[in-house]
Amino acid sequence: MRFADNFLEAIGSLRTNKMRSILTMLGVIIGITAVIAIMTIGSSMQGYLEDSMSGFGINNITVSLQSKNDEGPAFRVSAFPSGGGIKDDDLMTDEMLSDLKAQYPDEIKAFSISESVGQGQTVKGEAYANLALSGVNPEYATANSLTMARGRFISASDEDSRRRLAVVSDKLVSNMFGEENPLGKELTVQTQGHIDIYTIVGVYEYDDGGLTALMGASTSSDYDTSTDVYIPLSVAQRVNNSHGYQSFTIVAETGVNSTTFGAQAEAFLGRYYSRNEDYGISAFSMESIVEEVTSMLSTMSLAIAAIAAISLLVGGIGVMNIMMVSITERTREIGTRKAIGATNAEIRTQFIVEAVVICIVGGIIGIILGSILGAVGASLLEFPARASVTSILVSVGVSMAIGLFFGFYPANKAAKLDPIDALRYE
Amino acid sequence: MSNIIELSDICKRYFIGMPNELEVLHGVSVSVKDGEFVSIVGESGSGKSTLMNIIGALDRPTEGGYLLGGVDVGALTQNELSQLRKKEIGFVFQTFNLVGRITARANVEMPMTYARTSKRERAERAEHLLGLVGMGDRQKHKPNELSGGQKQRVAIARAMANDPDIILADEPTGALDSETGKMVMAIFRDLNKNHGKTIVLVTHSLTLAAQTDRIITLKDGVVVGERAGGAAEEMEGAGL
Ligand SMILES: Nc1ncnc2c1ncn2[C@@H]1O[C@H](COP(=O)(O)OP(=O)(O)O)[C@@H](O)[C@H]1O
Ligand SMILES: [Mg+2]
Repeated sequence: MRFADNFLEAIGSLRTNKMRSILTMLGVIIGITAVIAIMTIGSSMQGYLEDSMSGFGINNITVSLQSKNDEGPAFRVSAFPSGGGIKDDDLMTDEMLSDLKAQYPDEIKAFSISESVGQGQTVKGEAYANLALSGVNPEYATANSLTMARGRFISASDEDSRRRLAVVSDKLVSNMFGEENPLGKELTVQTQGHIDIYTIVGVYEYDDGGLTALMGASTSSDYDTSTDVYIPLSVAQRVNNSHGYQSFTIVAETGVNSTTFGAQAEAFLGRYYSRNEDYGISAFSMESIVEEVTSMLSTMSLAIAAIAAISLLVGGIGVMNIMMVSITERTREIGTRKAIGATNAEIRTQFIVEAVVICIVGGIIGIILGSILGAVGASLLEFPARASVTSILVSVGVSMAIGLFFGFYPANKAAKLDPIDALRYE
Repeated sequence: MSNIIELSDICKRYFIGMPNELEVLHGVSVSVKDGEFVSIVGESGSGKSTLMNIIGALDRPTEGGYLLGGVDVGALTQNELSQLRKKEIGFVFQTFNLVGRITARANVEMPMTYARTSKRERAERAEHLLGLVGMGDRQKHKPNELSGGQKQRVAIARAMANDPDIILADEPTGALDSETGKMVMAIFRDLNKNHGKTIVLVTHSLTLAAQTDRIITLKDGVVVGERAGGAAEEMEGAGL
């Protein structure tokens, strides 16, 4: 018998007993639905993370002061506001940075440094914009993949001259200036205790798909969203009256494993703090976060796989059970088929195909339901839904394998029936 | 004319628990000529079905030789027996044995699917055969929408599907009333006369047996009589 005939026969026999076929498929449907739903959410999450991370630069290693006394967070998103109990001699110095660079000239491409001045606002008439004022060095732009829309970024000579210049986001520009050219305009910035005026020299493209959004920071409306205003690091240090760094970022050369090198840099700088009772050094890289997230996701996948395996095992046994029932019911049909010339192999194939078709149809229903559930789940978690193609392909394969495995025994039993006994069966 | 079926000294024993073995056929020798229409009669339990199953290559004799078209059936493998049943033999059963979930035409097509006949040829031939048995207008009906006689006609069309040389019918009219039985018998006669089929028919009806070329009488697993067909009265003498 040709394969197409087998397939059509299988479909026909499943359709005669629709309710039973669906109940039989249920185990497979539930198993595959669960896997696909969770894999879709996982895949959406990973896709979202990858997109976010790519903007951040996978080669960046952030080095920051870490309190030895309390259990601080493993990493801090940006430099802390000044004066948080850190004494001036605790801060990292330019000397330490140049020592580090001298020790690892091949690994370090640049240092990107930022120092937060504080959260604030700029107001002009009705218009206002929320902002976070940070002093940065020129390398900051590349390390953080900032794209300039207009003008230029902070330069080395700006650092030397300590001029009050600012680079602002296009979002701030649209809030404050609309269509007007903002370059050369003055910006009055209010932060805690300060009101300062800066001249705008550049506009960068604000990207709200960044890590800050992932960490759930902004729930406010688009107009109120706070964006960074960058000023020369030297200016920020003068405002903060600080002489060192709480944190900085190493831009590693391409090809350097930033997880390993992060640990080396941490050890190297840690020596300067071996006798400091309050602070130590902590380094982390985006790569290490990605690794952590990936390993978390794969642990999750493993757990799902285990649950799915159990559910599919139960589903498979259900399929086997129904196939046994169906073969008993169709004993005379099997005898007839043998009498008209079907070989044992053809009978076996017929019932295996039937089991495989049940499982694949169940699998496809599961994939559809799972994708819908997964997409709904992902959108509830506010990730853009992304189908997990591998798990869809694997699901089809697994359904087929279940059909083959659990269909084989009943099909073989049918194939081995004695034709005369089968024809006499009441 | 050559013998298409040659059974010599066929014994069939069933082993039902070790010391007891039940011999159902005790050395039956029967020959059927190509194109002959033979009937087998005998009491219930006399071994008619057992013999038919051996002729149809569904069962193997415990002893004895069987040549079908000159081929030693005893020497064939399982798969070769399947091939034989598919190409050389068409079965018609007392209880029709149609597959209930598919149409009359699909039932007729079924043997052709095992012969890997193309879909188109299958459809054409099934239509033709259903026409031949007077079921041309019931192609799309499922078995439970047909009467007993109609079912048996579909089953005969199915037996003809792969154009076998031999048709074996084990009490094909047993489940039908006598009028319908006559109609079915007419079809067999047509297949024998006009299509050259060799037919072996098991029946209880003397009237029907009388319409065949030769009547073989089986009693307790032994051939007790063989005579040419003719009038029904002739059979009375055989104790039936
Ligand atoms: N599988 C079997 N096992 C044991 N005895 C059997 C089996 N099949 C048939 N028989 C016996 O063989 C004898 C002949 O049966 P059968 O050929 O069906 O007779 P008929 O068709 O003439 O009525 C019966 O006595 C029956 O009980
Ligand atoms: Mg019988």
